[in-house]
Amino acid sequence: MSEPSPNSPAPAEDAESEPRPGRVRTPIGWSTIIIAVLVAVSAGLVWRRDGADGVLDILTHDLSLFGGILPRVLAGCLLGAFISEILPHEKVSRSLGPKSGLMGLLIGTAFGAILPGGPFTAYPVASALLAVGADFGATIAMVVSWTLIGYGRAVAWEIPIMGTDFTLWRIVISLPLPVLAGALGRFVYVRLYPKRDSDEDAA
Amino acid sequence: MSAALLIDILLWGSVFGVGLIAFRRGPPVFKASLREGSMDFINIVPRIALGVIGSGYIAAIIPQEVITGWLGPDSGWLGVATAVVAGAATPGGPVIGFSIGTVALKSGGGVPQVVAYVVAWALFAFQRVILWEIPFMPARFVWFRCAVSVPFPFVAAAIAMLIGRP
Repeated sequence: MSEPSPNSPAPAEDAESEPRPGRVRTPIGWSTIIIAVLVAVSAGLVWRRDGADGVLDILTHDLSLFGGILPRVLAGCLLGAFISEILPHEKVSRSLGPKSGLMGLLIGTAFGAILPGGPFTAYPVASALLAVGADFGATIAMVVSWTLIGYGRAVAWEIPIMGTDFTLWRIVISLPLPVLAGALGRFVYVRLYPKRDSDEDAA
Repeated sequence: MSAALLIDILLWGSVFGVGLIAFRRGPPVFKASLREGSMDFINIVPRIALGVIGSGYIAAIIPQEVITGWLGPDSGWLGVATAVVAGAATPGGPVIGFSIGTVALKSGGGVPQVVAYVVAWALFAFQRVILWEIPFMPARFVWFRCAVSVPFPFVAAAIAMLIGRP
């Protein structure tokens, strides 16, 4: 009775030597193959419709787009790596973990809303959060908040194209959604994976 | 253009900021995360290359008119449901997504339907999911997040119907 659960503090010690969990490292997975097939079929259809010129036009346009995106992808990867290194795992799993409650969802939402950059930042950082102890619920709140109320895409694309009125109005409507999505995610997750959840508690 | 520059400055400023914090924890910490980040970058580049260079072809074979057609002026919940499917199926980047939304608004699409379209596109446009989200995140998380997100374009449309036009 007087002793706290004996299995909690020990494994944290050797966390330093282990490789970080949760990072995807396989260069080619089934999703890559699906995309490759999709791209090959689409390129074939474009070639049949527009000929080699049509294929080349799109290729040069997308290559220049790719060149412009590359530095930002590097920035996103570095941001994710630095954040996962400097954030104390214990604190993250306390404030964004499965037991963090509404506060964890609100923190995730706020973090997603202020995160600068595009998908090249949001996903590496979200992946880093997952790796250092955030649960699915808080990470979902962060990703949904970034996509729905983050200012990056709104300032760069939505306001110029759809107008300020519509954009602000749409953001106001979206305000409750990240917390709701995170709460739903948490609700479903503990019912889908009850065992895994208790494993994470023990670790 | 200036907005993109501002975002770049914020982005690299944040990298510099967290890098400085890591450096003050000691050069080994800094070097380790620098190496970690660079390795992530090297691993991710082929997949991003495939997605970005390939996405033009996917966008070229799903013409915008098809998507706009789905967003016709038929209102009600069937229109919302169609808008959600259209949002998920929209290929290409933000210019295409928001332009389709604008065209739908101008050609008489209902406001809740367009909100549902924009929110669905933001939450689970298939091209962003396979091009960006899956390369960077565990696939199990991505599918879970998309499944959990399905109700929310409908919630947004319901709120839009309740509070009225912008």
